[in-house]
Amino acid sequence: MTKADIVELIHERLGLTKKDIAKVVDELFTEVRTKILEKTNVKISGFGNFEVKKRGRRIGRNPKTGIETVIEPRTVVVFRPSQIFKDEVND
Amino acid sequence: MTKSELIEVIATLNPELTKKQIEFIVNGVFQNIKDALKAGDKVEIRGFGSFKIREKNSKLGRNPKTGDKVEVPSKNVPYFKPGKEIKELLIDAE
Repeated sequence: MTKADIVELIHERLGLTKKDIAKVVDELFTEVRTKILEKTNVKISGFGNFEVKKRGRRIGRNPKTGIETVIEPRTVVVFRPSQIFKDEVND
Repeated sequence: MTKSELIEVIATLNPELTKKQIEFIVNGVFQNIKDALKAGDKVEIRGFGSFKIREKNSKLGRNPKTGDKVEVPSKNVPYFKPGKEIKELLIDAE
């Protein structure tokens, strides 16, 4: 499923043009992305949280060559699905 | 940021739409992602990331109170893989 499919599904149930819906859908993902890049967590009730976390410096290994390398500290985004979402995919 | 704050931001960008319409679209996006994953499909949003189901195998766990071994059944877990751009921009923003 892509963004275009999501727009189509919403269009079938809402009397707005696909263009108007696509604009809102784009703005939604752009806004969530902007917040993540600003290191702000985003909480969507019933869906889950996008959490920005710091990862410390660690020794990793190149899985292809097996050579150990230093992985520098980095910031990552982790999605924590809500309990509702977790339950729903196991029904 | 919460979903209602997200709806507020999008509403200010679309004064020609009603709050109800914006709410319908925002809720619809998240609901459609959930429905796709429930149906075994995956969702790819360019420039953002992708959502899919990861199957966790059953494993032996322990009851933390009693220390008894218990089998934790296999289960499905929703998983989000951030897009390459987001990952790189987060690292660059250090």
